[in-house]
Amino acid sequence: MACQFPALTSEQKKELSEIAQCIVAGGKGILAADESVGTMGSRLQRIKVENTEENRRQFREILFTVDDSISQSIGGVILFHETLYQKDSQGRLFRDILKEKGIVVGIKLDQGGAPLAGTNKETTIQGLDGLSERCAQYKKDGANFGKWRAVLKIDNQCPSHLAIQENANTLARYASICQQNGLVPIVEPEVLADGDHDMEHCQYVTEKVLAAVYKALNDHHVYLEGTLLKPNMVTAGHASTKKYTPEQVAMATVTALYRTVPAAVPGICFLSGGMSEEDATLNLNAINLCPLPKPWKLSFSYGRALQASALAAWSGKAANKKATQEAFMKRALANCQAAKGQYVHTGSSGAASTQSLFTACYTY
Amino acid sequence: MPHSYPALSAEQKKELSDIALRIVAPGKGILAADESVGSMAKRLSQIGVENTEENRRLYRQVLFSADDRVKKCIGGVIFFHETLYQKDDNGVLFVRTIQDKGIVVGIKVDKGVVPLAGTDGETTTQGLDGLSERCAQYKKDGADFAKWRCVLKISERTPSALAVLENANVLARYASICQQNGIVPIVEPEILPDGDHDLKRCQYVTEKVLAAVYKALSDHHVYLEGTLLKPNMVTPGHACPIKYSPEEIAMATLTALRRTVPPAVPGVTFLSGGQSEEEASLNLNAINQCPLPRPWALTFSYGRALQASALNTWRGQRDNAGAATEEFIKRAEVNGLAAQGKYEGSGEDGGAAAQSLYIANHAY
Repeated sequence: MACQFPALTSEQKKELSEIAQCIVAGGKGILAADESVGTMGSRLQRIKVENTEENRRQFREILFTVDDSISQSIGGVILFHETLYQKDSQGRLFRDILKEKGIVVGIKLDQGGAPLAGTNKETTIQGLDGLSERCAQYKKDGANFGKWRAVLKIDNQCPSHLAIQENANTLARYASICQQNGLVPIVEPEVLADGDHDMEHCQYVTEKVLAAVYKALNDHHVYLEGTLLKPNMVTAGHASTKKYTPEQVAMATVTALYRTVPAAVPGICFLSGGMSEEDATLNLNAINLCPLPKPWKLSFSYGRALQASALAAWSGKAANKKATQEAFMKRALANCQAAKGQYVHTGSSGAASTQSLFTACYTY
Repeated sequence: MPHSYPALSAEQKKELSDIALRIVAPGKGILAADESVGSMAKRLSQIGVENTEENRRLYRQVLFSADDRVKKCIGGVIFFHETLYQKDDNGVLFVRTIQDKGIVVGIKVDKGVVPLAGTDGETTTQGLDGLSERCAQYKKDGADFAKWRCVLKISERTPSALAVLENANVLARYASICQQNGIVPIVEPEILPDGDHDLKRCQYVTEKVLAAVYKALSDHHVYLEGTLLKPNMVTPGHACPIKYSPEEIAMATLTALRRTVPPAVPGVTFLSGGQSEEEASLNLNAINQCPLPRPWALTFSYGRALQASALNTWRGQRDNAGAATEEFIKRAEVNGLAAQGKYEGSGEDGGAAAQSLYIANHAY
């Protein structure tokens, strides 16, 4: 084996690991507000709001100008490129507002899926070209972490060996490039919930995928202490007739993680996929109460599961700002409690929060 | 990906995991008494004793006649094939004596190293042929765990990618076969301390090797909760001019393990390699005092580091047997304390002094 050529200096490692730990300290999690223009289009269409840059800006402004106490529940926010450069109605940059609240700013870095020829419609993710230069610029512009979403699906002959290898490899390249530029990479290998498979099958697939991801990260000399993982929880497929309790989901999820994720990873922030706001919180809580060894923080990186009620409350009207902020704050607090295993399920959570947010074959 | 074909039933998994947990119960470690006939030749010639089957039997009797004091510090004993069928002076099988003390019996199952053509003197390990049948027989004859040693070395161009891959693969095949027969596999990927490389180099290589081992174990569907790992500590090469403290060795070792060994593995039982008895105990103690969080037990699987004094005291004389046994018990108790971070040393460096030598947040 060739002599080691250190990828990072001690100072670089220290910076990365401190950023990562800061994001998930004390039950804090991440607001995934990085919906692309197209994805925001689907969101806004549901509440009958036009998908303009101004409307996107307005909704994000309402979320980001919430009371400072939000920083007790939210450690990081993932932004889409456009949003990193937007300002509030007083002309203050969103990224500065968040930074002042003590929230770490992150940036979505991938550029969407591309088909893998010769597979059953599987994909890899684009975005590596010029990534280092983009990361350097984002770092200058206030971002301290990045996010890249790889997608795998459970289906006939899927995920194939190729899809797993290719997605693990691109995730590792992305992570390596991020770290070279002082950005903590959030590694997201999402195994979609599309399908009628049972929870056991999802667990099996998740274990194989995560084992491949961590082997790839090791091969690419990625500094694990300066990364975060954003996986799916282990659940049955959306079309499965079997129902599982949060405790069952928790046990299957933590089992898969503890068989594959090294203790050096400081935090695991689950994606919510198609889960309702309440299910996402209940499951996270059960995960934190699971009796298996859990050497990493187990928290959230939720998009829909933090914003659904807020979106519904807003409905495009400035007058609804307070109600929108209250709805958002409520989910943030609930998930922070869940990340500490302290969430107490309150009876009525409103229609929007329990409504299943699943959309078939979800893409950003 | 095809549906998973479960390698083990729930009952089989439980049995394996229970055995593993018993071996590494708090304060307990393993006596590696599995020296082959050839290895015993070296040991016995050092004390001027002829290498006969009877002498090997008499020597093992010295160890196995230890009184109940070993119950709290020895969780398992690894046997060589010959010894599994030997009896003490009263005609009682050694296996029986060990089991009666509540100690788990293990068996060495590899058949030594063979060269890898086209490499710089590197090897793989043989023993897979008929392994399933041998395991089934050993299980009937009282063994509940097994051990297989692979060897890698550090030099300018080694370990090569082939050596890492091949040894990881063969370890995974062995582990899979063991589990099919109700035997907990101890996975031993030893990186030799031969050479003049520094601590950092050993850490780097250890991380690469362990990442490959755990990827192979995942690929071969090995149930991690029913395995144990027997790695080298991370140390400088024997000929390295730089000296390192037990704290530095502990920090490097724990960092390497945290980056590669999934939390599902119940225990890490270090080999002692060329370390002296005291060095092996001090290092194990420092490892257990190291402030980095760890989800697995960290204990010993020592051969020479448990037996050197006993062997030297015995010198082949029946009259010395009692005193020799005492020497063994002494080392066993010391290492039992070290496995809990409670060993105060042979008088010089107290535990408290060692604690303060840890550098907070040192990035490796």
